[in-house]
Amino acid sequence: MEKDLSLGEFIITRLIKASGYSAIVFVTLIFYFLLREGLPTLGEVELGNLFSTRWYPIESYYGILPLISGSLIVTIGAAMVAIPFGVGTAIFIAEIAPRWAREILKPLVELLGGLPSVVLGFLGILVLAPNLRILLDLPTGLTALAGSLLLGAISIPTVVSVAEDALDSVPRSYRDAALALGATRWQTIWRVTLPAARSGVLTAIMLGVGRAIGETMTVMMVTGNAPVLATSLASLFSPVRTMTATIAAEMGEVASGSVHYHTLFFIGMVLFIISLIVNVTASSVVFRQKKRAERVLS
Amino acid sequence: MKKQLFATILLFLMLLSLNACADTPAQAAAKSGDAVYIENKGSDTMVNLALAWAERYQDLRQDVRISVTGGGSGTGIAALLNNTVDLANASRQIKNEEIDKARANGTEPIEFVVARDAIAVIVHPDNPVNALTLEQLSDIYSGKISNWNEVGGEDRPIVRLSRETNSGTHVYFLEVVLRLGQSDNKTLFAQNTLLLPSSEGIIHEVRQNPNAIGYDGLGYVPHDLKVLAVADVNSSVYVRPSIETVNTGTYPIARDLYIYTAGQPTGVVKEYLDWLFSEEAQTIVADLGFVPVDKPHYP
Repeated sequence: MEKDLSLGEFIITRLIKASGYSAIVFVTLIFYFLLREGLPTLGEVELGNLFSTRWYPIESYYGILPLISGSLIVTIGAAMVAIPFGVGTAIFIAEIAPRWAREILKPLVELLGGLPSVVLGFLGILVLAPNLRILLDLPTGLTALAGSLLLGAISIPTVVSVAEDALDSVPRSYRDAALALGATRWQTIWRVTLPAARSGVLTAIMLGVGRAIGETMTVMMVTGNAPVLATSLASLFSPVRTMTATIAAEMGEVASGSVHYHTLFFIGMVLFIISLIVNVTASSVVFRQKKRAERVLS
Repeated sequence: MKKQLFATILLFLMLLSLNACADTPAQAAAKSGDAVYIENKGSDTMVNLALAWAERYQDLRQDVRISVTGGGSGTGIAALLNNTVDLANASRQIKNEEIDKARANGTEPIEFVVARDAIAVIVHPDNPVNALTLEQLSDIYSGKISNWNEVGGEDRPIVRLSRETNSGTHVYFLEVVLRLGQSDNKTLFAQNTLLLPSSEGIIHEVRQNPNAIGYDGLGYVPHDLKVLAVADVNSSVYVRPSIETVNTGTYPIARDLYIYTAGQPTGVVKEYLDWLFSEEAQTIVADLGFVPVDKPHYP
């Protein structure tokens, strides 16, 4: 009996260990594969061509700058929507809403997170883009802005869910102490609760941004996919082409092993590196703050 | 207990004999015939046509199942080269690189012209412009003209819509309209041309946006959009696309639609291809707004 138990224990520990390591193995394998398929581009396409501003692969124009700028501008726009609304909703749910409202709101927001992105894209084409065109008097509504608004809507549930958990785990005594010192409710939220939950809220924002930058279907449907270099925030009001939409639209057509194929993998590599940078920055900020918080508390 | 055993054996024997019955040669052939699947993939322009053909053919031949998917001409040919489909629909001719790739795989792509198609240039019904020359279209799409008032319309910006680059229609439009059919002409689409992933996307945007101009296969254009008449290079006669003007060759933006097979077709695939040139199949072509071909264009 005792031997059985230790054997079971042994197997389970190993299983858990293996699944923990498997994540690292998978990421390494994916990155290796991306490098193997993407790096040949550097030999096949001149750097001047690769970092030019025209993307037209069927005539061997492989400029990826418009695609990178397209992804960045749509993501920045999405963050401008998702951060205030997401964090605001989280604060409302965690701090202000009465119990019954919180119990309705949280599942509803999480339901929004389960909405398939293609459905949102469909709504974007049918409702959002035509109205944006009329409202803002634009030549067309299929713009980076339409993509940003929808991506913001897609990221909000992620931000709300994680940030609300973080705010919820701030000890009740912090708020009681702040209120006892005569702080108003707003001062308590802004000066005490939110800073105490800072690392969780930052993680929430980064997860939301990560969700936005990797999203494909919605942006392909509503951003117009014109590979124009976005140079300023004004480009929000014109069509853009993102890296994800380019890969999705063109991968089905390319002959494997061709220059175009390698370039699409190169774009995938760039995308991977960008989200890696976002994640590493986020976690380093979070870790640094944790240390400071620990210092203060000790 | 004994009785039960007996019944079981009897049942077993009955099943066995039933099974033996089913395996007569003719029935076995019919049975294996049930399993004949034809995979057909490619051009989005041809997807409705291919579906209509497949449905009618399956009514005629109960033993054949045809699966039709779109994705674009390039996608279909790529699938043919990767050996995942039997027939590739294409609205453009196969490229030399693709033929080379097929030969490297040990097959020879065979071409069949199964129908013809006119590319209609479409605008919002409220747009006062009714006709454009091929040169004007080229200037619009290459970015030289970017306001409707330069071609006799209202003072509105032109929003250019195009299919994605994996679409045969895109490539055809580039060669025949933007480059006016001149092989040394290197004109490209204006960079701010919207590349939409589907025909539906183009039609929807043109329907609600009076700034937009788009193009699509004639068979796909709904009646509530305005189809422009187009004049050929060095001609002042504006022609609207229709079956007659395509057959007489007066409408300048018309093309052949192809089906490719890997190697000479055999068996059921060959029978299906032969049927595509029958009067019945070509009537479907006309019904869907495409232009029938008169006789089989065997290479």
